[in-house]
Amino acid sequence: MANGARAEERRWYDRLLVVDRRWIYLILALAVILPAIVPFDVSTGISTEVRRVYGFVDDLKPGEVVHIAIDYDPSTLAELHPMTEAILRQAFNRGARLIFTTLSQFGPAMAEEMITRVAAETGKKRGVDYTFLGYKPYPGITILAMGSNYRVPFPTDYYGTPVDSIPMMRDIHNFRNVKGVIALAGGNVADFWIQYGNAKYGVPLGLGVTGVMASDYYPYLQSGQIFGLIPGMKGAAEYELLAKRQGQGSRGMPYQMTTHLVILVFMVITNIAYLAQRAARKRAGEVRR
Amino acid sequence: MKRQIPIALVFVAGLLLVIQFFVPHPASEFFFTFATDWIIVIGILALPIGIFSLLRNTYMKGRSDSKERIYSIATFAGFFLMVVSGLPSGSREAGSLHMKFFQNLLVPAQATLFSMLAFYIASAAYRAFRMRTLLAGVLLITAFVVMLRLIPLPEPLSTWNSELVRWILAVPNMAAKRAIIIGVALGAITYSMKILLGIETAYMGRD
Repeated sequence: MANGARAEERRWYDRLLVVDRRWIYLILALAVILPAIVPFDVSTGISTEVRRVYGFVDDLKPGEVVHIAIDYDPSTLAELHPMTEAILRQAFNRGARLIFTTLSQFGPAMAEEMITRVAAETGKKRGVDYTFLGYKPYPGITILAMGSNYRVPFPTDYYGTPVDSIPMMRDIHNFRNVKGVIALAGGNVADFWIQYGNAKYGVPLGLGVTGVMASDYYPYLQSGQIFGLIPGMKGAAEYELLAKRQGQGSRGMPYQMTTHLVILVFMVITNIAYLAQRAARKRAGEVRR
Repeated sequence: MKRQIPIALVFVAGLLLVIQFFVPHPASEFFFTFATDWIIVIGILALPIGIFSLLRNTYMKGRSDSKERIYSIATFAGFFLMVVSGLPSGSREAGSLHMKFFQNLLVPAQATLFSMLAFYIASAAYRAFRMRTLLAGVLLITAFVVMLRLIPLPEPLSTWNSELVRWILAVPNMAAKRAIIIGVALGAITYSMKILLGIETAYMGRD
């Protein structure tokens, strides 16, 4: 009887505060599905840090060498693959020669698929226009070793070809021979690139990271240790906008927008309910403050 | 001696690598290459132990708990499928069986697991992100403003929000991050010094 009376006393804010989490999941799922059913575009502004990475690649002269580090695995593929593809396409179109490595253990097959696809689409040849060195464990040590000589951690490329017999690599020994490194990282490999690649060897470094990681790297942007930063899928969408070619980043923005909007609405609703409950308790004398 | 020899080895190896880091000389680079080879050799030796441990634990769990058996079978199947398909030459080429397993099993599985975080974040935002105190309120409003930049807003709200987010990331966020980074670095130096000097011996299984 007492329980029944208490249940009747439950106000709108009490009910909102104890809503079943399955409703939350359902609403979010609908928010994810919505842009697929009703497609729409999302306008994106361009941030300075993304513009700097784009500018670095855009300033490359034919034949200049850039090291692209694809240091993520399939778990962060959705966020980082779009920016990687946009950078690769732009760099290849500029006539730059690219060295690829991956310091994430699930990265090689994923990176290889993208490199060969984009290279084929832009008419670039393996060993002449690009070299994929593959994967090595211990990112910090591998970066330090590459600063000494690429041949130390990678005596052969991903396909087993000796690096000395790759035409493109004949005049490339270490970071002194590359214009810069663009590290696309889904974990703390980005820290190793800053600490060892940039701090010890002074190689210019640009980063592409997941959205949640981005705030960690702003101090390095201001200190000049990284010349640019592409944060998450929004960063990729900005990059694609600069490159004037719509890709997965731009296409993913409506999904990102609807899910973020739902989370923001959740935050507002739950706090209105919380404040209402608190005010009601205060009126009833349950809360002294 | 069981204690002194490892401490002496750690001290000598650590000191040499610290010196090597700051000396740009061919001899120093040779030493670094030599040390790197050692690390790779040790890593390779650790790999069979890891594989044995994984398979043994999976087997024991599947044997003792009937509810867990299906997961153990899935682990064994996944392990042997990837190892066997990866052995033939050419398994790294696009279209090979190994690559098909990778592209069609591993990639979607990892992406799915990671994307499920969105649901937990939404649930956490609803159930836990409440303005209980002044500081929680500041955190809530900041998160709201930063997330709002992903939502297209009419002008001039969009520009104001972008500028505000840039300021949040470049000033208060950076100040806090910088303090954390410097604190962590000082802690790491102290801890490393303690290991080199033999004060910290937890890596030998001692407290």
